[in-house]
Amino acid sequence: METEFTPLTSLLGGALIGLSAIVLMVTHGRIAGISGIVSRILPPSVDKGGFTQGAVFLAGLLLAGPVWYMVAGSAPVQDVSNNFVLLTIAGILVGFGSVLGNGCTSGHGVCGISRKSTRSIGATLIFMATALVTVFILRHVLGA
Amino acid sequence: MRILITLVSGFLFGVGLILSGMSNPLKVSNFLDVFGNWDPSLAFVMGGAIIVTMPGFWLIQRRKSPFFHDFFHLPTQTEFDMPLVAGASIFGIGWGLAGFCPGPALTSLPFANTGTLIFVLAMLSGMMSAKFVTQRMCQT
Repeated sequence: METEFTPLTSLLGGALIGLSAIVLMVTHGRIAGISGIVSRILPPSVDKGGFTQGAVFLAGLLLAGPVWYMVAGSAPVQDVSNNFVLLTIAGILVGFGSVLGNGCTSGHGVCGISRKSTRSIGATLIFMATALVTVFILRHVLGA
Repeated sequence: MRILITLVSGFLFGVGLILSGMSNPLKVSNFLDVFGNWDPSLAFVMGGAIIVTMPGFWLIQRRKSPFFHDFFHLPTQTEFDMPLVAGASIFGIGWGLAGFCPGPALTSLPFANTGTLIFVLAMLSGMMSAKFVTQRMCQT
């Protein structure tokens, strides 16, 4: 199924994400990487120093949807898969991989690249590559 | 005041994700489907973010410390090691399978889609397992 190419709103939304990363860096001195922020407040080892900051940041993130809904009058378009087995496997891989690799699209892809970190540039190229291959196999080989 | 600024920072991140269209997993999957229904929007999201963040970080790093802390909590590792390569590879496969990564999945939670909820629960368990495994690796 096709989706509409939205260069302007995507660029603008990206700029807001960038602004958020700047605010977090200049105030807390931390990378706005979602996987890092979430994993720091999860067991088995909760990071006491980053707990409040992380939890509050996530509360703000969770607030965005309801506020969007109230202002826009409707939820944004979402096409989430109905294949719960696929979603479970995908979720485990995303969670495990992002913590093992110290970052996801936000931590490596936005903040890391902006810091010109070799690790992050490499990680971004790797996850883009495996994601492209996965989608290719899923859609064009298996025909899902 | 600190709490409010942190809350607004998270809020901006979420609004940015929704406005950019990244809260829709289909749009992300279509970005990754270069040989099919390609939608290049995600490149504009990353571009828009980096255009703002790169000069911003450069200016901030000229400061001795952030406003609320004594020092910057920046990653100290520089070498390209196995956990990074393996982790990024595994993350990419999961991202490709569902079109969800941590930020958009969490931002989408309040829209109460069953699929999103399942993905997030699986993601949190994956994160906890990875923390467990990496701690074991460090101890041995």
